Amino acid sequence: MPETYADLIAAEDVLLFVNAAVTATGQREFRSSAGEQRLSLAFLHEYVRVNYRPVYAAALALDINDHNAVTIVEQLLRTADEADGPTGKRAEGRLIAARLALLPPQRVYRLFRALRAAKVNNRRTRAIVRDWLAGRAASGGLAHDAVKYRSGLKTAARHVHRRFPGDESGDFLFAPGRRVRYEHAALDAYRRAHYEQGALYELPFTVAEGFAAKHGVPRAVFLERIAPRMTRLERLRTQRSGPATDLAAMPLTRLALFVLSLPFGERAARRAELTGALRAAAGRVAGPYAGTWGRVAAVLDDSHSSSGSAVKRRRPLAVALGCHFLLEALAAPGAYSAHWTSGTSGGFDPLLVRPWGPTPLGTRILDALEAAPDRLVIVSDGWDNAPPGLAGEVLRVWRTRLDPERRTSVVHVNPVYDTAGFDVRRLAPSVPTAGIRDAEDLAALVEIAQFAEGRTGFAELRAYLDRRVELFLKGAPR
Amino acid sequence: MTRIDLTGLEVRPAQVWGGVRLVPLVRAVPVEGLRLHREVYGGHGDGGSVDLGDRTTYTSYVPHGFVADWSGGGAEAAAYGTRLGGDPPTVPVRHHHRLAKRRRGDGRSEKRLRFLPLHIALEGYLALHFGGPSVIWEEWSQQAVRRGLSPRAEAAYAGWSVPGLAEALRIFEIHPGQCGLMLYVADSLAAAFVVPHPDDYRVLHPTLIEDLYGDLVHQYAFYGAPVPEFRARIRDTGRIRTLADLRAAARAQERSWAESHGTLMARDLLETPYAFERVYRMDSYDLHRLLPPFRRTGEEQHIGELITDHKGRTLYLKTFRLSENQIRRGHLLRRLADCDWHLGRTAEALGTTYAELVRRVEGAGFSSLLNWHVVAQRIRETQES
Repeated sequence: MPETYADLIAAEDVLLFVNAAVTATGQREFRSSAGEQRLSLAFLHEYVRVNYRPVYAAALALDINDHNAVTIVEQLLRTADEADGPTGKRAEGRLIAARLALLPPQRVYRLFRALRAAKVNNRRTRAIVRDWLAGRAASGGLAHDAVKYRSGLKTAARHVHRRFPGDESGDFLFAPGRRVRYEHAALDAYRRAHYEQGALYELPFTVAEGFAAKHGVPRAVFLERIAPRMTRLERLRTQRSGPATDLAAMPLTRLALFVLSLPFGERAARRAELTGALRAAAGRVAGPYAGTWGRVAAVLDDSHSSSGSAVKRRRPLAVALGCHFLLEALAAPGAYSAHWTSGTSGGFDPLLVRPWGPTPLGTRILDALEAAPDRLVIVSDGWDNAPPGLAGEVLRVWRTRLDPERRTSVVHVNPVYDTAGFDVRRLAPSVPTAGIRDAEDLAALVEIAQFAEGRTGFAELRAYLDRRVELFLKGAPR
Repeated sequence: MTRIDLTGLEVRPAQVWGGVRLVPLVRAVPVEGLRLHREVYGGHGDGGSVDLGDRTTYTSYVPHGFVADWSGGGAEAAAYGTRLGGDPPTVPVRHHHRLAKRRRGDGRSEKRLRFLPLHIALEGYLALHFGGPSVIWEEWSQQAVRRGLSPRAEAAYAGWSVPGLAEALRIFEIHPGQCGLMLYVADSLAAAFVVPHPDDYRVLHPTLIEDLYGDLVHQYAFYGAPVPEFRARIRDTGRIRTLADLRAAARAQERSWAESHGTLMARDLLETPYAFERVYRMDSYDLHRLLPPFRRTGEEQHIGELITDHKGRTLYLKTFRLSENQIRRGHLLRRLADCDWHLGRTAEALGTTYAELVRRVEGAGFSSLLNWHVVAQRIRETQES
């Protein structure tokens, strides 16, 4: 099929947006401030929304991060009149509903609050909010939300004129003095928790925390007794001060972040437990693909820049550590080799990794290619500085001179959004680069990265997106 | 000794951020026997006043002092008075006794020297011919004869007010074994900093933001455009057939950068002959201050201070880039002193006229040194003849 120049540009724009939507969260990064990140991301959203609206909506079906998913939904609802007729609107609506069902409720309530602040209250928005609330009511009852996300639910209900006929939640939110007691356990627990310590432990963790402070319950006692009411991530967050939990059940990247937050002494002392948990999490992610990738070499960035920022503390390093264990699980047994940029490769305990030193990616890639692996995965923010640009040159010459038959497939995944380039930073044009947020997505990203070699046209990309959308909507409730 | 000797320090690839280029210097073997620590003084905006001993005082903003420790014992290093950061008790105005002063604990002198970094160098520059005219020609005013150049002042910018410098230093990735840094702003050398040990460097790296930088550096940072990176480039000529060839080509890239840095970028610093003046001697180590020749040929001129060992190798170095005006002032004072402060002879030596020299003295900010009545008379005489 003849490809026009415009097609190639369109394909590039879309990939660029997907990379940004996966990595960028509008938070401060090592090399750019939160303001720069938000400005750059806002431009990108507007650019793609105006020029490729169907693709912009279809991005909701991909593994983009929650921040961008919420932004896309908000942008789509704010500019509903730009949609492509009733069919376009219907397609958008289905994607939005499916995505909202997947998002954590606090994000959705924040989105509804943003819509209210922006005075977006068209019929479509009201229907979407109402449907989502109906979904919440069907799955767990709105009473739980009324306690945990009290102001969020109140704002949303008020915005869409939702009524609670004969429902206690309505009174709980809007007329708290009307009833002496509630039939629903959660609502009544909230009422009793004001004066009764025992009722605290029937409430969600975040709500109970406030009451615990009010009653002066010692933290250790509180954490011990509230443990069954905590979510998985709350348990991980309070792990240091609270009761021990089963780490192996945690998601891979969160677990890597937790490990990196421990002091070196504790990491060394709990080596067996932590390594076991990381292996188990990686094994769970790898699933049926475990051991199928053949010989794998990884170049992992543990330079100073992988320390992230105050708000994304050690995030790039945690992604690298997560990828390390995931690739170990994906590779054939014993056929995996890791090359950290700090130069410690053999016999080095990855748990003791620390973000320090320069980024000699070029040299490490040479080390990794030495073993002629089937796959080479580079996890780095792409700021190759010792010397700058060597990694790109090594990969270029390797591809053109030493491995023109493509025995080794190279892919670069990058956890950091580069504001100036509106994309993640690339090492070389010949190497596909994909943005990554969680190490868990690695396998899916390696698939999408093939489009990033610049040889795939827009039509092919659209076909891929349509397939993903179809899969996504099939899994959705409606 | 006339030149700075940086043997033992290797150049590593530069890191660029905006208009700032930072070139790390790495020691293969760290120097044993001499260590530097940092001593933090005062809060924000506190002046430091230093008693120089000869009834002159040196007043400046002094954020911190360095402590050179040549006792050789690592355990002793964290003894009384040494701080590696943190908030010290704040004192509104601090009075220092001497720029370089041996530490005393329990009444006996320790093998530790406290000195105020960069201020030793600056004091050397400010005290240049500070005494004023050596021969009392009648053109010089009473003030010049009685009080010399006092008060002599120079202004500089603190590192955090140099645009982009703070960010560049924050994101800089310190190399393993790094003992020094060359700081370029708009690709002209702003400062060089060398310490004896990598651990010292890691602690002292943030002090670069509190250092002084001349107005030239500030201007370059303010108006300069981002500088390009020197990216590695491997020529694909078909000679590369194996991975070993590729590795060799990559090594060659690193080597060529190191060479070109020494000959191209840091040449003015390393090849200028300096006047070394010893400030303090500690066993086999010497603390020097260095003054440039104040040549007006357009090359970079730095003042600085350094500690050398008995072989003359640099263990500690800190430099300050002089601006064009500062060079001019130093040059003028040097020439006046060479001709025993005789204006007529100096004008001849400079190849200019008497009136022009007077204008230059005035332009350099030394007009209060001249007795204007006599000068006007002399100018009239020269014009009539």
